[in-house]
Amino acid sequence: MATRTASHLTGAAPVLTAHAIRRSFGPTVVLAGVGLSIARGEVVALLGGSGSGKSTLLRILAGLDGEATGETVVHGTAAVVFQEHRLLPWKRVAANVGLGLSGPDTAGRIERALAEVGLAERHRAWPAELSGGQAQRVAVARALVREPDLLLLDEPFGALDALTRLRMQVLLRRLRAEHGFAALLVTHDVEEALLLADRILLLDDCRIAADLPVDLPPTRTPDDPGFGALRRLLLDRLGVPTT
Amino acid sequence: MSRTPLLETPPEVVAEAAPEARRPRPSRRWWRLVSPVALVLGWELAARTGLLAPEKLPAPSDVLATGWRLSRDGTLAVHLVDSLTRAGAGLLIGGVLALVLGTVAGLLRLGDDLVDPPVQMARMLPHLGLVPLLIIWVGIGESLKISLVALGAFFPVYFNTYAGIRDIDERLVEAARVCGLGQAARLRHVVLPGALPSLFLGLRLAIGAAWLSLVVGEQVNAQTGIGFLMMEAREFSQTDVVVLGLLVYALLGLISDLALRVAERRMLTWRRGLRAT
Repeated sequence: MATRTASHLTGAAPVLTAHAIRRSFGPTVVLAGVGLSIARGEVVALLGGSGSGKSTLLRILAGLDGEATGETVVHGTAAVVFQEHRLLPWKRVAANVGLGLSGPDTAGRIERALAEVGLAERHRAWPAELSGGQAQRVAVARALVREPDLLLLDEPFGALDALTRLRMQVLLRRLRAEHGFAALLVTHDVEEALLLADRILLLDDCRIAADLPVDLPPTRTPDDPGFGALRRLLLDRLGVPTT
Repeated sequence: MSRTPLLETPPEVVAEAAPEARRPRPSRRWWRLVSPVALVLGWELAARTGLLAPEKLPAPSDVLATGWRLSRDGTLAVHLVDSLTRAGAGLLIGGVLALVLGTVAGLLRLGDDLVDPPVQMARMLPHLGLVPLLIIWVGIGESLKISLVALGAFFPVYFNTYAGIRDIDERLVEAARVCGLGQAARLRHVVLPGALPSLFLGLRLAIGAAWLSLVVGEQVNAQTGIGFLMMEAREFSQTDVVVLGLLVYALLGLISDLALRVAERRMLTWRRGLRAT
């Protein structure tokens, strides 16, 4: 049984540290002693091929897997955005964003969170009336309204079309600049990882196979010098031929 | 009627298709009334011309006249209230019991193991076939009728509660958990609303089963109720009252179904959005 501790964020301590995370499904080992640490305000992308266990790792870090072993410490609050929006179909958009929210001025906080993802006027809509991109933006607002120190993103744009995905990446970058949250972004999209992350972890063979800093300017494009080289390097490590 | 707004709308390409599709609909709907009305008229005609013997099947107008007479002297109301009381009590007992057991079996693994097998076995018994045994157990009084209704209502509510809870998307429960909802809050915000469509279906089937049970139950040594009214009328060959009783049963079923549909539409507004897209 994995221990997962949550405490208040103090000083420069990392938002998340994990040690010796192990998980197997029957005889198949998926994670064989994974450790990682995320600093305050740092965006880390977790890259890996399909079936490499990156979503499993994120679920463990989110405290959603009772059968993993290892130790996870989260300093501060964490919020999760899944690949599917997972909005409750029987609650209107605003109620979905405010799910489980307590404290003063919840209505105002919900309104501001929806405005930040550009859906302020849709607060009375049912989730079924939204497009895929809109629903995912509501899911982002639902995470954002909790003012998390750490955002756990499980292929959050994986189910969206290419154009919507690009818009969501821009949105996430803007929100991160405004709020300064740390994030762990699970993705199989090398370009997405390079566009959004400060550091890239490569999950391969049940372990963290590489830990690469991304030395690119904060507002980067695929045309930046160095982008192509990093992209080729990562694809090479993932076993994808680039020539 | 529908042509006037068509002329007023600006000549848009989109505006043309919609009325075109809508126009045949009202006429189609009227068509569905033709055969029932023809049947009733034919029945009336056959009774009036003596083709149907009045002791076999009286004219619909005679049945309505009898209904009017019995409602004016209060007889119908007395029997109706008694029947409704039995149905209500039985539904309440059977429904609540089924709701509790269905929830326990749906939510808890232990509950599933303990509760579900006996219920599945009991389901195979046609509950109306239990009348002789029930007479031995609870006698032929009021408790027999209520037990029968409760038994009839139990199974549909139980199975639909169980299925409704089991069919809830586990991923939604998980999402509620990461939003900080505790067990009680998850039950209230995820499980209950998620199972509600299924619960409504169960309730509708239960009400149908309740009326059916009532028809059978009230033919065993009843002193009041619509069923009694019909049995007594049969002894005196008052066929009009027998047919009236049938009509009342049918109306009760129709009204309860309609009421439930309205409640369903109000409480499940979110599904309309689902259907629209």
